[in-house]
Amino acid sequence: MQWSSWSAFFNMGGYAFYVWFSFGLTALWLVWEVLALRKRSAVALNLAKLLAQDK
Amino acid sequence: MNINWFKYSSPQTFYPLAGRMIPWFAWAASIFAVIGLYISFFIAPTDFQQGEAYRIIFVHVPAAWMSMFIYMVMAGWAALGLSLNARLPAMMAQALAPTGAIFTLLALVTGSFWGKPMWGAWWVWDARLTSELILLFLYLGFIALQSSIDDPRKADKAGALLALVGVVNVPIIYFSVKWWNTLHQGSTISMGAAPKMVTTMLLGMLLMALAFWMYTIAVALMRVRCIMLERERASDWVKEQALSVGGNT
Repeated sequence: MQWSSWSAFFNMGGYAFYVWFSFGLTALWLVWEVLALRKRSAVALNLAKLLAQDK
Repeated sequence: MNINWFKYSSPQTFYPLAGRMIPWFAWAASIFAVIGLYISFFIAPTDFQQGEAYRIIFVHVPAAWMSMFIYMVMAGWAALGLSLNARLPAMMAQALAPTGAIFTLLALVTGSFWGKPMWGAWWVWDARLTSELILLFLYLGFIALQSSIDDPRKADKAGALLALVGVVNVPIIYFSVKWWNTLHQGSTISMGAAPKMVTTMLLGMLLMALAFWMYTIAVALMRVRCIMLERERASDWVKEQALSVGGNT
């Protein structure tokens, strides 16, 4: 274990802003990509369903 | 075992197959990420030169690796689509591009957030940084070119050509730290030489790279399914697929 306390962990030796921004942004973008693709799939299926019911 | 590859190369058979593969890759990505993050933050020691700021490399290096690796795979699919004149490989190339662009942007931004405290600058026009920026433009160019051509088959061909021409940039990125005097440090891990870093640091980085790799496969499969539905919405298999899933209309 590298940290004496949780506050030391969050402080990241004074580099908290740089470290947490990097990891936070990565997590945010990857989660956003998955959510956006789920939405896109639902929209495409819905549209195909409308087309199928049309005829 | 004799696998009929042509059977799986048609969208209507690949669509359900991809759907069954996604959860496996998603789980693998999550497990690797949890172990990788644990090692990155709790096992890997503090760097004696860079302090805790070095921990950014646990996302920066895997993201940079993926940005180059995805480009090579994308160009490979594009070449296959071009030479076989087939739909599925071209769709795979198209499905990989946005994820590659995201990893490239992540590599650039996290690198910049490492550069500011370590070099004192958010950005320098160094060969490594500049060639990585060109990679981002290649991804964006590929996406823009494909979406600007209405006929999907023509879009596939134009995109494939751009992707193949752009391959020249990947070795430039990779070897830039050797060929030129760059501010960006040389590779810590290279093929054929012992890594110049603590084993736990290396392990954390490799696990994060594996997590990103599994994530990329899961997300590319999700996207290729969307592309199939959108491109072939008039075909019977898409209609059957759409009617078989519930939900509101």
